[in-house]
Amino acid sequence: MLRPRLIPVLLLHEGELVKTTRFGDPKYVGDPVNAVRIFNEKQVDELVLLDIDATMIAGSPDFDLIAEVAEECRMPLCYGGGIRDVGTACSIVGLGVEKVAMSAAAIQDPSLVTRVAERVGRQSVVVVLDVKKDRASGRQEVWTHNGTAQTGWEVTDLASRLVEAGAGEVVINSIDRDGTRDGYDVELVRSVCEALDVPVTAVGGAGSLEDVRGLVEACGLVGAAAGSLFVFKGPRRAVLINYPNPEKKRGVLVIQPRE
Amino acid sequence: MIGVLDYGSGNAGAIATIYAAEGIEHRRVRNVEDLAETKALVVPGVGAFDDVMGKLESAGLISPLREYVEAERKPVLGICLGMQILFDRSEEGSKSGFGWIPGRVERIRAEHGDSIRVPHMGWNAVTPVRRSKLLEGLPEKLEFYFLHSYHAVCDSPDAVIAVTHYGNDLACAVQLENVFGVQFHPEKGHQPGERLLTNFARLECSDPG
Repeated sequence: MLRPRLIPVLLLHEGELVKTTRFGDPKYVGDPVNAVRIFNEKQVDELVLLDIDATMIAGSPDFDLIAEVAEECRMPLCYGGGIRDVGTACSIVGLGVEKVAMSAAAIQDPSLVTRVAERVGRQSVVVVLDVKKDRASGRQEVWTHNGTAQTGWEVTDLASRLVEAGAGEVVINSIDRDGTRDGYDVELVRSVCEALDVPVTAVGGAGSLEDVRGLVEACGLVGAAAGSLFVFKGPRRAVLINYPNPEKKRGVLVIQPRE
Repeated sequence: MIGVLDYGSGNAGAIATIYAAEGIEHRRVRNVEDLAETKALVVPGVGAFDDVMGKLESAGLISPLREYVEAERKPVLGICLGMQILFDRSEEGSKSGFGWIPGRVERIRAEHGDSIRVPHMGWNAVTPVRRSKLLEGLPEKLEFYFLHSYHAVCDSPDAVIAVTHYGNDLACAVQLENVFGVQFHPEKGHQPGERLLTNFARLECSDPG
């Protein structure tokens, strides 16, 4: 049977890997190509590379760097950041990237999702939704531009809309939990899983493999993505690229069915 | 020399990188002239059935590929969409496939109308059901990465060499004489994937096994 995926998320800022906390305070982690080499050796399930500058500065993706990473990457790769038109999406897939992720551009114009899916297939189209809980209403709402712009959309409504438009996977990124290692927002992720019939991936808050297990126990088949968990070690957040070996990974992700 | 078809769909680069690392002589194939130099061909493919067949038509490769497979009897390995086009037709599109393996491509559905997440995305167990040189030397606990919404249904079970389970049992590796296909992505499959691609490269023309 298909098993959950365990996915490192790497953030690019000025050509280097960084890690944020609640979408702020980027801390230098290392060189992207080198990190990919290490992950190759660890037989990682899948890798997500997000360029946090491309969204903010309205710049274009760094095609040379993406090509370098794609050439080195021995597992399926998803790239996001600055994809605003079909041509860019197709170029990136052409560089050897399995999936392209869009966020603000897709939210602003869902037809972009449709048009990209028509060219590369919906299995290669991912939408990333950054979510913050409204303190007053308790509503889980989607924000864009690294958590600075409010869309007003409730997450499951928007996710459904974008799946209808052609998205093959939805990534739910909890702004509140980002970098905190306080655990996934399991309720949030579960509500999205229940609302959709496409693959759903969670990111934001994973502090340990126990958190991953908790997510899988609550949501079943889900992608468990994490940033800090795979790039830091220990309470002082020393940089160490790490990932569980296949045996340990299976132990976390594969839940034996109860008779 | 192994050919890796490079026609605008699928990850020819990743396949070439693996052959380079294994020291296997290979080249990218973009046209008929390139094709003639090769003794076997890997056909990657991603996206949609009609789109992939359309790209092959535009590149003028349909007849040369027929000649290669049907007349010259050289081995061909289709990956993902590359496997689906080996069949007669697909629910996904209106164009015909090559029809080298009798059968059709259908949308992934769960048994008994249960719901199932589509696309099939991630690592799933692969179980060989028939001996094939393509699958030699692979670990017992075998899993590969899948990324697709449609799957091939062979008219004859003899063509199925491995299955995976997702909703139903799905044929995920097929072989009929010199024609091979895998629905999963060996080029993103760590060591087992490298072994599978190497197995294909090492096939003898006269004995595809």
